[in-house]
Amino acid sequence: MDDRTPDAPQVKLSCREVWKVYRDEAAPYFRQEVSTGDPGALAARMRGDGAIPAVVDVSFDVHVGEIFVIMGLSGSGKSTVVRCLSRLVEPSHGEVRLDREDLLRKSDRELIEIRRHKMGMVFQSFGLMPHLNVFDNVALPLTLQGRPASERNERVSRVIRLVGLEGRESAFPRQLSGGQQQRVGIARSLAVEPELWFLDEPFSALDPLIRRQMQDEFLRIQHRLKKSIVFITHDFLEALRIADRMMIMRDGRAVQVGAPVDLVLNPADDYVAEFTEDVPMVRVLKASDVLDPSQAVEAGMPREDADLSVENLLPRLARHRGGIAMMRGGESIGVVTAASVIAALAQEKQHRAGTDAPPSVRRGDSRPG
Amino acid sequence: MRRRLDWLQAGVVVAMLVLVLAPGAASWLIAYPAEWVVPITLWLNVFMSWCVDLAGPACRALSAALGVPMTAVRELLNWLPWSVTLTLATFVAWAASGWRLAAFTFFAILYMVVIGYWSESMNSLALVAISVPAAVGIGFALGALAFVSRRAERIITPTLDLLQTVPAFAYLLPILLLFGFGPVVGMIASVLYAFPPTVRNTRLGLSRVPPEVVEAGLMAGATRNQLFWRVRTPNALRQILLGVNQTTMAAFSMVIIASIIGGTADIGWEVLLTMRKALFGESLLAGIVIALMAMVMDRITAAAASAEPAPPGGNGRLRARHRNALIAVGLALGVALLASLLPFLEEYPEAWEVYPAQYLNDFITWIVVEHAKTINLIKRCAFFFVMLPVKTGLDQTVTPFTWGFEFTAPLRAGYALLAAALVAWVAIRRGIGSASLIAFVAIMVYFGITRLPWPAMLAMTVLLGWRLGGPRLALGTAAAFGFLIVAGVWPQTLLSFYLCGLAVLLSFTVGTALGILASELDGVSAFVRPINDTLQTMPLFVILIPFVMIFKIGEFTALLAIMAYAVVPAIRYSEHALRSVPADVVEAATCFGCTRGQLLWRVKLPLAMPVIMLGLNQTIMFAIAMLVIAALVGTNGLGQQVYIGLGDGDFGVGMVAGIGMAFIAMIADRMTQGLSRAREERFGLRAEV
Repeated sequence: MDDRTPDAPQVKLSCREVWKVYRDEAAPYFRQEVSTGDPGALAARMRGDGAIPAVVDVSFDVHVGEIFVIMGLSGSGKSTVVRCLSRLVEPSHGEVRLDREDLLRKSDRELIEIRRHKMGMVFQSFGLMPHLNVFDNVALPLTLQGRPASERNERVSRVIRLVGLEGRESAFPRQLSGGQQQRVGIARSLAVEPELWFLDEPFSALDPLIRRQMQDEFLRIQHRLKKSIVFITHDFLEALRIADRMMIMRDGRAVQVGAPVDLVLNPADDYVAEFTEDVPMVRVLKASDVLDPSQAVEAGMPREDADLSVENLLPRLARHRGGIAMMRGGESIGVVTAASVIAALAQEKQHRAGTDAPPSVRRGDSRPG
Repeated sequence: MRRRLDWLQAGVVVAMLVLVLAPGAASWLIAYPAEWVVPITLWLNVFMSWCVDLAGPACRALSAALGVPMTAVRELLNWLPWSVTLTLATFVAWAASGWRLAAFTFFAILYMVVIGYWSESMNSLALVAISVPAAVGIGFALGALAFVSRRAERIITPTLDLLQTVPAFAYLLPILLLFGFGPVVGMIASVLYAFPPTVRNTRLGLSRVPPEVVEAGLMAGATRNQLFWRVRTPNALRQILLGVNQTTMAAFSMVIIASIIGGTADIGWEVLLTMRKALFGESLLAGIVIALMAMVMDRITAAAASAEPAPPGGNGRLRARHRNALIAVGLALGVALLASLLPFLEEYPEAWEVYPAQYLNDFITWIVVEHAKTINLIKRCAFFFVMLPVKTGLDQTVTPFTWGFEFTAPLRAGYALLAAALVAWVAIRRGIGSASLIAFVAIMVYFGITRLPWPAMLAMTVLLGWRLGGPRLALGTAAAFGFLIVAGVWPQTLLSFYLCGLAVLLSFTVGTALGILASELDGVSAFVRPINDTLQTMPLFVILIPFVMIFKIGEFTALLAIMAYAVVPAIRYSEHALRSVPADVVEAATCFGCTRGQLLWRVKLPLAMPVIMLGLNQTIMFAIAMLVIAALVGTNGLGQQVYIGLGDGDFGVGMVAGIGMAFIAMIADRMTQGLSRAREERFGLRAEV
């Protein structure tokens, strides 16, 4: 699974061949067979022996400043993966490196230090302390560190402002709505100013409307803070909305890793394809994916950013029948016309309907050069 | 397996029938021969005197050491002007819950003052005040240990089971022998009796902290200690406080029971003393003091357990947090100052005491005399038509003197025919298993529970254990009953069976009926609830008083007292079970046109059955607990044995009976739980109460 991108971004967290097997009589397997054999077959044998392989041979990198989404249905092992990364769960095998340092070799004391300064985590059912009010909940990580009160107060009020909870500092968790409680959870995880931010299905317990609102809020916060993020969700559309890159998991294994568009356009197997089926193509496709090769750029053409989604391009296309020039980095890379959009959508539709027909619209294909 | 069990059971019943009917049946098969009794009692006494020799001096030293704080608290509480104590208690009640509880507390304590039982009450309170913190401390430590270490848990849990099922009286003797006389014995006994609820609730609370909260603590970088004290414990606090509430109530009830040793000059002793002298008015007045103290303690600790966290107070946090303490100190000082000016606030003048015992006695006498006929009729009816048939069987009960006619041969044949017909009918409808149970009951009613052959009883209960809880329970049943038989207390066991079984049967029937009514009619529910609350917080002693007043001592009084106490869980559980049937199921049933009766019988009751069965379990436990206390008013059986052991200082006798009762309680517990679980599984439900 090669997920290097051309500009070789800096890696914040990397994990290699991580396994987690419950009812751990599996240790003997790892000594000899793990790197040699087929992981799928090995996992099947473990299941046969009554062990539960929750995470099977998972490897990926999280880049500095990106949102890496792990998507999978319940029981796919995604929550276990994120717990392996923070060592809330001890992996049975593999390697987890944070800033190139081996996390699994750290002593308990070192681990506590890392958690106190480098990591933050948000939980699905919030994990708030019911006996503490909002302020004290957010302050908890700092209190545990024994930070002086002045610094604590300053930091806590800053993150509370960041998540928009000013004025509710003295409320108790049970007096807050689900959305507000999760804001507290987010504020608490940010209070230590972590570099690495884990979010375990943070919005799954919320109503759809609130969920959408919280996603926007989350993107706003991330736009300002630029953390390195591992985000867990079971909602494919949520993953598409926020992911820079994503990984799909099934039965403990990573099925596919890539940018959302790659997954939609090039699903690795039927399982991934099933998720992508209902995704509206106009949202996933970018202007650069639907260029019209037969048209040349003309002088009087309106110009648009090539990264614009087709959905946002449509109203402009309706007004400019002649086509719109697509710009990337100050240069035009081609022209989009109404016809090219329709052709691309139709082809994609056909491809989805037909089972084995080779896909014809490919991001790579449509790119010049 | 099931079928084989059915046939085994039927075989046992047939064998039993042959045994009782065969004229020359070997007598050793009916009554366990005295020569076969293993001298467990003797061994226990030898063992105990060895223990006393070995550990006695150390224990007595400990006892003396414990006596110091004990006496200090006692002196303090007696030294404080009553007005100060009254004010403080009222304030605590107000802070914990509000003005209603404060008013109740105020009048409850005022009653103690006015009636003239102030120093007795304070002596009891001193025992509680010392033993509750000790019990909570021990309980919390053990609970935390059980939570942290599985191995510790495996030792602690069964020990708690035993401690809580051994009747309270049985505790007293070994402590008495080891620690010598005096109030310290009461204190140690009440610590021992009262700490298990805190252990259980601490462990439960700690293990119920949501995993995400613990993970949040870990991710915040908590060390092991921080995780325990700042994340787990505060999250478990509510559950732990619930344990403290139960511990307080248990400690208080043991303090009252322990006063049977004497020398404590506390309120429990007052009740016993007056009851022994048949001064019922006096004992009722003192009993009310106990009941009021129990209720005040229960309500205050329960309110503390359910209280919301205090509102935070910005900058002046320290002052805010201690605001209540400051007010309390201020109030106390103010009232103390006032008391130094007005002496009647310091010491309540004897002349002002109101002691209506004489009027009460007159009133009771009037009732007893005036309604002598009715009372006697009730007593005789219950005795001749209900109690005796179960105890010695129709065979001996039906005489012209009791029932008004002779139990002639044709009548006997008629009974046999009727029973046979019933058994046959059940055999066809429900199978051999149920039929053999019916046959067993029919034989029991004919011959009486005390005259059934012991091998048959043993076989029957073991088979029942197998049916309800599998081979392990069968083995446990065999061991427990084997112990009772071999130790030579089988006749007493049967007597206990008879009284307890009858009480359970009656209170479960009555209680479930009341529970059903209460679940259907809100008015009944509102009426029954406070009565239940009162009965449940009342120390067992006090429940005896009104029954003894009217019906004097005897088995019937004991039966009524046991029922009064054991009926409570039956009512509670059945009402709760029926009210918590899922609303959507009820709605669905209403939609397709169930009448109210159909809804109750066809929908709600079947679904509520597992929880109602748990109520049966609790009914049995309550009845067994009360059985020992009821021995005070004249019953035979194991309860009496415990009491005799205590009275004669015969450790072995008391212990055998006490352990025997604990065994019976545990077996009954496992059996009824098995019953409840079987039903649960059939419906795919989980009972949670």
